[in-house]
Amino acid sequence: MRPFTYERPTDVAAAVKAVAATPGAKFLAGGTNLLDLMKLDIEQPTHLVDVNRLPLAGMEDTSDGGLRIGSMVTNSHLAADARVRSRYSVLTQAIVSGGSGQLRNKATAGGNLLQRTRCAYFYDPSKPCNKRLPGSGCSALDGLNRNSAIFGASEACIATHPSDMAVALTALGASLETMTADGATRTLAVADLHRLPGDTPHIETTLAAGELITAVVLPPAPAGGQVYRKARDRASYAGGLASVAVVGSQVAFGAVAHKPWRAEKTEAALASGAGAVEAAHAELAGAQDNGKNGFKIALVARMTADALAQAREGRGA
Amino acid sequence: MSSVKDWAAPNPVTENRSGIIGKGVERYEGKLKVTGTAAYAYEVEPPSAPAYGYLLAATIAKGRITAIDISAAEASPGVKLVWTHLNVPKQARRGERINPRSQRPANPALAGDRVEFFGQPVAFVAADTWENARAAANLIRVSYAAEPAVLDFRASLDLAEMPDGEEDVLIGDFEGAYARAPAQIDETYFSPLQNHVQMEPCATTAWWEGDKVTVHTSIQMVKGGQHALAETLAIPSEKVHLLTRYIGGGFGGKGQAYDDLTLAALGARALGQPVKLTYTRQQMFQATIHRPAVSMRVRLGAEPDGRLNAFAVEAVTHCARSASFVEHAANFSRNLYAAPNRLTGHRLVKMDIPHAGPMRAPGEASGMLSLECAMDELAEKLGIDPIELRLRNEPDVDPETGKPFSIRQLTECLNTGAQRFGWSRRNPKPGQVRDGRWLVGMGMAAAIRGNFLLPAKAGVRIDGTGVITLRQGMTDIGTGTYTILAQITAETMGVTMDEVKVELGDSEFPPAPGSGGQFGAATAGSAAFEANMNLRRALAELAIGDPNSPLYGGDPTYVTFGNGNIAIENRSESLATLVSRAAPDGVYVEGAISPAADARDYSQHTYGGHFAEVGVDTVTGEVRMRRMFGVFAAGRILNAKTAKSQVTGGMIWGVGTALTEGNVVDNRYGSFINQDMAGYLVPSHADIVDLDAIFLEEADDKANPMGIKGVGELGICGAGAAVANAIYNACGVRLRDFPMTPDKVLEGLMAKGL
Repeated sequence: MRPFTYERPTDVAAAVKAVAATPGAKFLAGGTNLLDLMKLDIEQPTHLVDVNRLPLAGMEDTSDGGLRIGSMVTNSHLAADARVRSRYSVLTQAIVSGGSGQLRNKATAGGNLLQRTRCAYFYDPSKPCNKRLPGSGCSALDGLNRNSAIFGASEACIATHPSDMAVALTALGASLETMTADGATRTLAVADLHRLPGDTPHIETTLAAGELITAVVLPPAPAGGQVYRKARDRASYAGGLASVAVVGSQVAFGAVAHKPWRAEKTEAALASGAGAVEAAHAELAGAQDNGKNGFKIALVARMTADALAQAREGRGA
Repeated sequence: MSSVKDWAAPNPVTENRSGIIGKGVERYEGKLKVTGTAAYAYEVEPPSAPAYGYLLAATIAKGRITAIDISAAEASPGVKLVWTHLNVPKQARRGERINPRSQRPANPALAGDRVEFFGQPVAFVAADTWENARAAANLIRVSYAAEPAVLDFRASLDLAEMPDGEEDVLIGDFEGAYARAPAQIDETYFSPLQNHVQMEPCATTAWWEGDKVTVHTSIQMVKGGQHALAETLAIPSEKVHLLTRYIGGGFGGKGQAYDDLTLAALGARALGQPVKLTYTRQQMFQATIHRPAVSMRVRLGAEPDGRLNAFAVEAVTHCARSASFVEHAANFSRNLYAAPNRLTGHRLVKMDIPHAGPMRAPGEASGMLSLECAMDELAEKLGIDPIELRLRNEPDVDPETGKPFSIRQLTECLNTGAQRFGWSRRNPKPGQVRDGRWLVGMGMAAAIRGNFLLPAKAGVRIDGTGVITLRQGMTDIGTGTYTILAQITAETMGVTMDEVKVELGDSEFPPAPGSGGQFGAATAGSAAFEANMNLRRALAELAIGDPNSPLYGGDPTYVTFGNGNIAIENRSESLATLVSRAAPDGVYVEGAISPAADARDYSQHTYGGHFAEVGVDTVTGEVRMRRMFGVFAAGRILNAKTAKSQVTGGMIWGVGTALTEGNVVDNRYGSFINQDMAGYLVPSHADIVDLDAIFLEEADDKANPMGIKGVGELGICGAGAAVANAIYNACGVRLRDFPMTPDKVLEGLMAKGL
């Protein structure tokens, strides 16, 4: 078997130091993705640093009218929080559309952001996958790629990021607080957390070794309606075929790229007075069909136009 | 041999004096299961500490193993043995049968260097822990010489051939009648390959005592598993004690033994230690059987009033190259609608993917998706209500054989369902009912599934405390077999459920064929009934012949059983008193059932009607269920709760078939793209809204002494077609390619300018 060691520190700096100091170490939060991948021998950590005892499960209003969410707040708590439901309903909508009740009870804000792709080839060690085994190739590129990316993919990888929550955070313009290996803290935008695959799809985020997300910070809620729409094969417990988050005139797409996809061209079109349909198509002009996933282009366009209209009219889902 | 006439006489079950028959009795083993104390095969505690096995699977579809290096695996921590085709102990050859009475032939594991499908086990490791076994298995290096393989069914339809020993059924002049028909439908429907996705994977715990092996395994057929292992090991079947007490779902996928059974037994013998071996979830998808994909061409030629004059249902399906399994997807249509000119038949493509095999309602489940949509298309073309179209084609006798029906309540199912569901509110014109961004529609379909009775035995014992124990080499795959056997025993013997024990799943018990083909309840239940009737006779003779019994010297004709007593009018004593006094060691008898000599003189089926209401999201093409209702006629119902659970479970599978379920071969590798339950989507709770079913009053006295019939497969038959027809009624998109996922529906919506 693959032996690994385990510790459960109570101090953030100690946790960060432990991961930074140990090659192959990983943080363990809710474990809903990491433990599955370990069972499949896809993740092979040498050391697990359990962060469930860290004092990161609080939520507080910020002085500018935003909300600071500890990275260990569970998805269930976050979605149910009265402040989130009233001021950031797009976030509640997104979270409850993801996973299952049981998973959301375990999953954390930080862990949700760092979950890995659900690409079927990534989950199948008998197949080439550059994300799992760099240099082995991408099976999805010419394969059964119905779920693959239509934006920002590379010849090395066309996997998507599966998070719903991250799409809402991207549309909200949220940022992250982290602690780095040297104990320093830094702030970065959620939009800057994930990388496009390029030649190194196995490197998924801009976090340094050992760097720990300690909080998600929401800015004051922008004006305008908030809508999260997700299309999926079944009514619950299914990854998105595509999703759209609309926050006023800010728009992000999910399940279409290696990262939550901020639809800047759609936003620009809206800013210059375009209608919902035209604005939606502005971003989709850059989308790519890989064979089985072309339907996502029309799907996202239709969902975006409808979600924009819904946000504007304030009609219910 | 008996006649069906013998079965018409009243008996304790049909009289049902205690009212136990038909009652929604709680599951006999339910408490054990929900408290985690029902030990499934892998969880059974062996007599000493076990070794844990792991199977390594082939990563090519077809070819030969050219080299296999196990040195690193053998040196890996905790490893006890590593087997490949080069060093596995000798087994009988595949298909060999030393004992001609064996129900299954030898099925050797790791039998050679040939790879016949992706996922085929090619090596076996046993170690002190499962983790060490898996780690070692992953160190085995296998080299293959891959060969060209047939992997793409849709691209290989021209390879289809007539299955061995079959021919088309031709009645009248189909081609001529079709050509002359004023209204014609000629469409082809596709249903995908499906996996069983049982909650419990295949698993075995095995150990030896001397030359006899005990195996706890997860299998639907006790004797089949026992005989297959005995033949494989070339030992007498009485040297194999097979137990399968609890089974976490079978659905046909566990009708046969897999390599876990063989290798656990061989491994335990080689190690002198118990061995546990299970398939992984991924191996369940890749390396057990599946329901094959089916391409069905349906041609209907009708008069303007809807009466069918020409009727053709032709199926193309597939199976493994070395096999001969045929998904008889057209068979159901031979008994369903009247039409004088008929053509039905099957063609088979041999492929290099895992074995196709039976899965819940083999034939009907995929086959009915075609005809029941085609009837909807014909109804629209003719401007006739889809129910009315079916009623106009209701046959008086079996449309193929001309035999009388034992009982046929299809019309009543459809009419009752229409009334209860509110079918009259359906707008026959598609795309007319809006609810926000949703288009709403209704669809219906008929259901038919054959009923079967196979030979079976059962044993029943009463002890001195009055407890009655029924023993049978039967299985309960989650359907409620334990429960209905307890009900039959309690009602027949006139005792409460608390005084009955049921013991199943043991090769040393009187044999029953197991669970499958919805023959389980009728077959095992009838044998149990006969055993109990024999026990009544034995106890009556015991009492009448015992000078100490108040029944002494009475007329056996007047003996009755009830309230735990045996009685002749007002002379009575409790069963416990009688047995403890007159037969202190207890009384044990057996009973048997076999089909009546004239059973085949009747066309015998179960029937139903499905009604579905769906919403189609006009933005995304997502389809969501709103309501579903089924009405079924399936003989006398033994347990209202477990029977309903069976038919609603089937309906839910129909929803999955219509909307989400299916697997696809990656043609580069021969593997399935979906190999876990996050990829292979069965309905979740949120997908099933307001789904209900009822049974019509029925007793089929041509079926068996109790007038019962199977319900395990009926619910899925036609269910997916009702959903598909509702999608069309909702939005006007007619899809003929299951499952009807949002991408396909969206394409249809856009093609209509929606």
